[in-house]
Amino acid sequence: MSDPKQQPHASESEQGHTAGAGKSRRDFLNEITLGALGIAGLGSTVVTYQFFSPNVLFEPSMTFRAGTPDLYPVNSVSFLQDQLVYIVRMTEGFYAVSAVCTHLGCITQWKPEADTIACPCHGSKFKRDGIKIEGPAPRPLPHFSVTLTPDGELLVDKLQTVKSTQVLKA
Amino acid sequence: MATTLHSLLDQLRETRAWKSVFRRGPARTNRTRSLAVFGNLFLHWMPVKVREKSLAVRASYYLGSISFLLFIALTITGILLMFYYHPAVPQAYRDMKDLRFVVSNGVFLRNAHRLAAQLMVLLVFLHMFHVFYRGGYKPPHEFNWVVGVILLLVTLFLSYTGYLLPWDQLAFWAITVGTNIMSAMPVIGGKLRFTLLGGNLVGENALLRFYVLHVVVLPLIAFLFIGIHFWRVQKDGGLTVRSKDDGKE
Repeated sequence: MSDPKQQPHASESEQGHTAGAGKSRRDFLNEITLGALGIAGLGSTVVTYQFFSPNVLFEPSMTFRAGTPDLYPVNSVSFLQDQLVYIVRMTEGFYAVSAVCTHLGCITQWKPEADTIACPCHGSKFKRDGIKIEGPAPRPLPHFSVTLTPDGELLVDKLQTVKSTQVLKA
Repeated sequence: MATTLHSLLDQLRETRAWKSVFRRGPARTNRTRSLAVFGNLFLHWMPVKVREKSLAVRASYYLGSISFLLFIALTITGILLMFYYHPAVPQAYRDMKDLRFVVSNGVFLRNAHRLAAQLMVLLVFLHMFHVFYRGGYKPPHEFNWVVGVILLLVTLFLSYTGYLLPWDQLAFWAITVGTNIMSAMPVIGGKLRFTLLGGNLVGENALLRFYVLHVVVLPLIAFLFIGIHFWRVQKDGGLTVRSKDDGKE
């Protein structure tokens, strides 16, 4: 590396670079090789990332039927354990609230005596419409879209969050 | 007794088999002794000479060495546990129960692995505190301090990935909460969680991924960096011994 004989050659090639001409064959091949390796490295990073992202998931469906509306009495909150959703029926209609705490993903519990949704992990509390009362949760519980199927059942789509003002008229 | 043992060893060192394995006969001078260390794959990265005071208990309290011994113990017990463990749902939980109640000495192995892991995290922290308060991160040891920080992270990741493997409620919620903390990372957080879990939930993909990380990827990284760590201790001039210790103490 510190061989003095190499010095003139190095400065020569530097001059060649600044002029943009007179590039040696070695420099050219080095650049081509580095470029090819760079592209190959980037490409393999991308395909490896793709490999690690599954295309098919064997997880519970994000849309589900929640039965007929008459299963839910007016002014009630019902917890669906398999879907981790609260179906809330008020006088003005139905809405679905996520039961997964927005803090760190624990499952909340409906406390009818306090009229709140409470998280056992870190003490977040929400109103039945998902608005946070207290605790570390950063966001209100999201509302999911509720529609009626043609045969009169409630259909909840957990992939579609809606505004908390949106209610399915009962 | 001791002398007969020594003469027996000396006779052994003169044999052709010994010379063939160790590439040299008895090491009687300092030069041949250091050659014996250099010429051995398992010893060549160890120091040929060690100052007596850097072997004193108070020089290190052996915290790093104990961490390493725990790592070796964890490797051995971990490999043994692998013979009875399927990283699948719901077999993983049943295998863990089998190890506790059905397999001979399984409960010993499982608890040894679990407790050694917890002890290793504790000792790695104590080792780091000790090095920090000794000023062991100062030149020329800066790079080895960085290697040590990497080893701390690897230890914590090993501990965390192993936490999921019993596939009980504690494991499930610990990983749910932990990966949700990860998804709070800006921009890449959500993608990173999805890729690590192989899904949106802690499910069978997550169990398999954590298993592969726990038994192959992270131990290999740990072995590599432990090698660099030990080698650099020697290259950087041995352990940091306080100037106070150079005196009478």
